[in-house]
Amino acid sequence: MSANSWTIAAARDALRKGEITAVDLTMSCLTAIDAGDGLNAFVHKTPDLALDQARAADVRLATGAAPSMCGIPLGIKDVFCTKGVPSQAGSNILKGFKPEYESTVTRKLFGDGAVMLGKLNMDEFAMGSSNESSCYGPAVNPWKVDDILRTPGGSSGGSAAAVAADLCLGATGTDTGGSIRQPAAFTGITGIKPTYGRVSRWGVIAYASSLDQAGPMTKSVRDAAIFLQSMAGHDPMDSTSADLPVPDFEAALTGDIRGKKIGIPREYRIDGLPAELDALWSQGVAMMKDAGAEIVDISLPHTKYALPTYYVIAPAEASSNLARYDGVRYGHRAALASGDGITEMYEKTRASGFGPEVQRRIMVGTYVLSAGFYDAYYNRARKVRALIKRDFEQAFAAGIDAILAPIAPSSAFGLGEVGTTDPVEMYLNDVFTVTLNLAGLPGVAVPVGLDKKGLPVGLQLIGRPWEEGALLNHAYVLERAAGFVSKPQKWW
Amino acid sequence: MSIDIDTARKVAKLARIRVEDSDLPKLAGQLSGILGFMEQLNEVNVDGIDPMVSVTPMRLKRRADVVTDGNIQDQILQNAPDAREGFFAVPKVVE
Repeated sequence: MSANSWTIAAARDALRKGEITAVDLTMSCLTAIDAGDGLNAFVHKTPDLALDQARAADVRLATGAAPSMCGIPLGIKDVFCTKGVPSQAGSNILKGFKPEYESTVTRKLFGDGAVMLGKLNMDEFAMGSSNESSCYGPAVNPWKVDDILRTPGGSSGGSAAAVAADLCLGATGTDTGGSIRQPAAFTGITGIKPTYGRVSRWGVIAYASSLDQAGPMTKSVRDAAIFLQSMAGHDPMDSTSADLPVPDFEAALTGDIRGKKIGIPREYRIDGLPAELDALWSQGVAMMKDAGAEIVDISLPHTKYALPTYYVIAPAEASSNLARYDGVRYGHRAALASGDGITEMYEKTRASGFGPEVQRRIMVGTYVLSAGFYDAYYNRARKVRALIKRDFEQAFAAGIDAILAPIAPSSAFGLGEVGTTDPVEMYLNDVFTVTLNLAGLPGVAVPVGLDKKGLPVGLQLIGRPWEEGALLNHAYVLERAAGFVSKPQKWW
Repeated sequence: MSIDIDTARKVAKLARIRVEDSDLPKLAGQLSGILGFMEQLNEVNVDGIDPMVSVTPMRLKRRADVVTDGNIQDQILQNAPDAREGFFAVPKVVE
């Protein structure tokens, strides 16, 4: 098995024992990346930087006291600002932008010795569930069971495709409404969206600031624990970053969940959930029960309103955040006609720099925040959001330790199949994932099996705030019980 | 709530995104569809509920009001589409 297919945990141990060098490990990934162009996952490759970092990691490993992530080759979602390396968030409006600074997440990862292989494809400004709104064109799912090219999900589609296809050992993602968990599910990998505030948002190009949260996408639950450890922690540069100690997540993986209460939310059993996905959910429930957990039927009554709430609040915040793209300070400026003034510059720059879905969300956000509609849409959505959060708080107050639910209403769909005429059709993909972003809760996606087509299906566990360790332990139990080891057949 | 063409034009103007007149009917239709989807929120009884204003109840940290950064003009202008003589350059604003 070539080194690029290793888990982070296995690579860490091999690096520490001197069984492989960080340079050789990085080279195996760079080779896989160059052979993986058909997946369109890596959109800016940084092999020279990667090898420099790998050489430095080898020096550090030789001292015998290197952090767990030292020498681990990663892909970085294009939404993270990386110094001197293109960082476009999948948008033409940031074409040519090379940040003069490093995001807190990548600074911390590099501080621990991690290696960056390049930047990964994503939906433009993380707005999308299929990676099809990217200025680079869609990333492609490495899982191919017929002649259809499928989406790896979105918005972290490049991250998911790269990890599933063994182009890297792990990748960063961000999750505003499901953008880590849904692509993880569509590609048969693991991904955790931490509690809002656990990971710094500084240097992460903003979409919806009260919902955005970065997390790792990996080949195992243990890897997610190791990777998250390096990303997490208080950052004075992010005013919503939590000033709380970060526990040892890997040490929390005991495999023992006896006596824990797992909530099964009845409102997630929606019409239109395919029978085989429902059956896999039931199998997941049985696995948790066999592991000694107590299964409890729970109600989260405002679940059905989460999606419309999200599609008011996220565009409202986006319309404000994306006002900064005006053609003055960075990125793209449209060619102007003689006599054009500054307003024409703004309007032409934003019309030519933003793609159609981003334009729609900015305009929806502008509308719901405009005078006369602010109370009817935005304030109402914020009130419903409070009720959605209260649903979860009541469940946890009643003793529930974690909630087990589906991630998406289908397995990976074909590129071009969804939402081409009606944007709302694509939004429906987020029905099971947006709830916990609205509530600020941690959630982890774990692959549990294949559907009849042979495509991976995952389940998500939702945890109490700040208890990612306990949540990952539940995920670890589910992972071991499900024993999902399938890999996509290489066709690319 | 249905969005007519004039409202679509006004929203595009507020958002500073140029939309050609020929594209306004399609835009109005899509915005109407999205806002129609949001109408479901009117079913929820929100009497006495305060709007959620922070994800985690917390007091924002304060820091001393002192200069902690600066003298990085070159870095700030580095990515500008048009920078001249130490400034961002834009089309003429004042007649």
